[in-house]
Amino acid sequence: MKTVVRPYGDTTGDGMTQVSFTLPLPHDKKAEGAALQLAAKMGLEPAMLVHAKQMGDGFTFFVVYGSVRHLVELDKVQVVERDFPLLTAKEVNTVVKQKMRRKLSVVGACIGTDAHTVGIDAILNLKGIAGEKGLEYYRELKVVNMGAQITVPELVAAAKAEKADAVLVSQVVTQRDAHLHNTREMSAAFREALPADKRPLLIVGGPRFDELMTDELGVDRIFGRGTTPREVASYLVHALITNKAERKKAVAA
Amino acid sequence: MSSNKLGLDPALVHRARALAAKAGRPVVDMARSHTTVSVERAVLRLAGVTGADPDGIPWVNRLVDAVRNDVGLGHGVALPVFHALAEHGLEPTAAELTLLAQKAAAGSVRFDLPSGKAVTAAKKASRRQVAAGIKQIDRNRADRDKMIKRYGDPKQRPWIYLIVATGDIYEDIPQAQAAARAGADVIAVIRSTGQSLLDYVPEGATREGFAGTYATQENFRLMRAALDESSKELGRYVRLTNYASGLCMPEIATLAGLQRLDMMLNDSMYGILFRDINPIRTFVDQRFSRQIHARAGIIINTGEDNYLTTADAVEAAHTVTVSQLLNEYFAHEAGLADWQLGLGHAFEINPDLPESFRLELAHALLARELFPDAPLKWMPPTKHMTGDVFRGNLLDGFFNLVGALTGQGILLVGMMTEAVVTPWLSDRDIALQNVRYVLGAAGNLHEDFVPAPDGFIQRRAHQVLDEAIDLLEKIEDDTLLNAIADGTFGIMKRPADRGKGLDGVAKHDDGYYNPATEILETPAKEEQ
Repeated sequence: MKTVVRPYGDTTGDGMTQVSFTLPLPHDKKAEGAALQLAAKMGLEPAMLVHAKQMGDGFTFFVVYGSVRHLVELDKVQVVERDFPLLTAKEVNTVVKQKMRRKLSVVGACIGTDAHTVGIDAILNLKGIAGEKGLEYYRELKVVNMGAQITVPELVAAAKAEKADAVLVSQVVTQRDAHLHNTREMSAAFREALPADKRPLLIVGGPRFDELMTDELGVDRIFGRGTTPREVASYLVHALITNKAERKKAVAA
Repeated sequence: MSSNKLGLDPALVHRARALAAKAGRPVVDMARSHTTVSVERAVLRLAGVTGADPDGIPWVNRLVDAVRNDVGLGHGVALPVFHALAEHGLEPTAAELTLLAQKAAAGSVRFDLPSGKAVTAAKKASRRQVAAGIKQIDRNRADRDKMIKRYGDPKQRPWIYLIVATGDIYEDIPQAQAAARAGADVIAVIRSTGQSLLDYVPEGATREGFAGTYATQENFRLMRAALDESSKELGRYVRLTNYASGLCMPEIATLAGLQRLDMMLNDSMYGILFRDINPIRTFVDQRFSRQIHARAGIIINTGEDNYLTTADAVEAAHTVTVSQLLNEYFAHEAGLADWQLGLGHAFEINPDLPESFRLELAHALLARELFPDAPLKWMPPTKHMTGDVFRGNLLDGFFNLVGALTGQGILLVGMMTEAVVTPWLSDRDIALQNVRYVLGAAGNLHEDFVPAPDGFIQRRAHQVLDEAIDLLEKIEDDTLLNAIADGTFGIMKRPADRGKGLDGVAKHDDGYYNPATEILETPAKEEQ
């Protein structure tokens, strides 16, 4: 297998890349030169300035095409691969029914001031997303969707009341890293309120999370952009049932 | 614009309106027999109470809370407050009202309900003081009319509506002015996330908000003054929009009137469905805020676009029509004229669906034909904006084209970076180029665009209207409050005995008095 690749324009290895950006300069020769200098520093060499347009008084928008000299080293790429099998709704229900012998309890919310329920609704609401039904559709899951602007204490109280096996938190607003602060606050509150073996599985999702940050944020799993309800359901089964023994061992250690 | 391009049966349209009125009537009766903490605070704001305590809690909140503790809200605050002024030898002026609020907060005033002659005195004093606030709203309306005469309205329809949202009013101002220069006719300052659930209106100029800027009286004043400069510079009146929604809807409407804002987002059901605010609280607050908007000459924008972001835009198309009809009924009842009804709808059909563009055209034209004199607010795609900015720009172009083809009144400019980042300078510029190209190339295409009789578009529009009538019939049988409780709109279930802000609602007792409502329900000419 190839271990090094370059961007592909129309020929293997040509490294062709397109970028656009704005510089706080009025549009003139110097501004165009400045744009090309930036492109060169980004690794685009040679670069072609294909479009420049002044916006308002002191800003110019540029589109630059060029060959990037950087190489992508595939053996050094780090990602979170799906480490659990993807199940159908029917399979999820069967496993929960046979192994758990009760409904799997899920509590979801948007915490903090975030009012964007679109993510949590896509995962939880019956309607689901992209033709895939949400977790409410799964017969063996008991879902409580608390909606938007839920405080952390409210979420912890609801998780206790519902004997939640898993807590799903959605965060869309990222201004001033609100999503990271809120998530840390949430995981700390759960740690404080419940002993490790009683603590529900903590899952956050949102378009701007780095899926590698689970330890730093104190959660069990992070789901990024494009996650479907089925992936979340499959993960719940994996983490709470199929892989439970391992999780217990990890907690003890 | 009423051309009947869709061949709608006038009897059916009439029936839809009659059903909406029937469904809305009990809600109006309920709104007329209840008050809320925010309605009462709005009365005090009209009477001139301003400022906040050292913790930032406005004096209107402190005063209403003190009255509520002593005598409850069922009689309104005007009588006990103006009675207390007289009892304490204070003059019925804005300054002394604020002083009374401070004393009440310190616990040195106890409120009682007046009786006998004192009732008449308190009514008279409160009415005179509240009338002064309403007079200011009238003056602002006259000023707006003058400025529109001097500078003119935008040359084209739809008006181009752009959003700024930095969180810092002093950053918003240059951005808003730049947007106006770049072609925006209407500037909306998005509110900080979470303001809708604050049960008070923050005070002063604010520099910290999340994904938006707090709606405060001072922020309103600063931005309106800046856009007055822009209007002068550009030779067209640039309108300012904010949000009369959430728990402080009546107060924010009042502040908008006092600071000459031009449009306000003000939906009849949005807070209930999307913010889980108690339905009764919402309908009571909404009626008062709409009476203020009517008086202030403010155009309201309703929020039907939101239904389509949670429900499927094809399956739920008729819920938009139903909500528009209800919003129209509630608006007319509160005194708003057709030109003030920015009824909302949106381009949210899945673009992968075959014929999605024709469906969008059918839905948008249906709204146009049903509400020929309303400046409809056309909202861009958000749900199917995926982060593929190139495809997003194309989708926005088609959205703009529907706007041109169906004669929309207000076009919210769609951003290709929707769902990616809060718009960059360049995103806004590209989006405006998109709008300008479509309006320039096809702005008058609505003159030629007549859907084929009994063709796809006509049939779809008829179907949506039929479904809307079916739903209105069900709502009428079940009552609107139950329909909301059952999750009829936007899939959310919102029972009338739940939701935020319910504890701030009170039923009118005998002798309830609200000088603002009394004035607002008198035709403007009689009020001197």
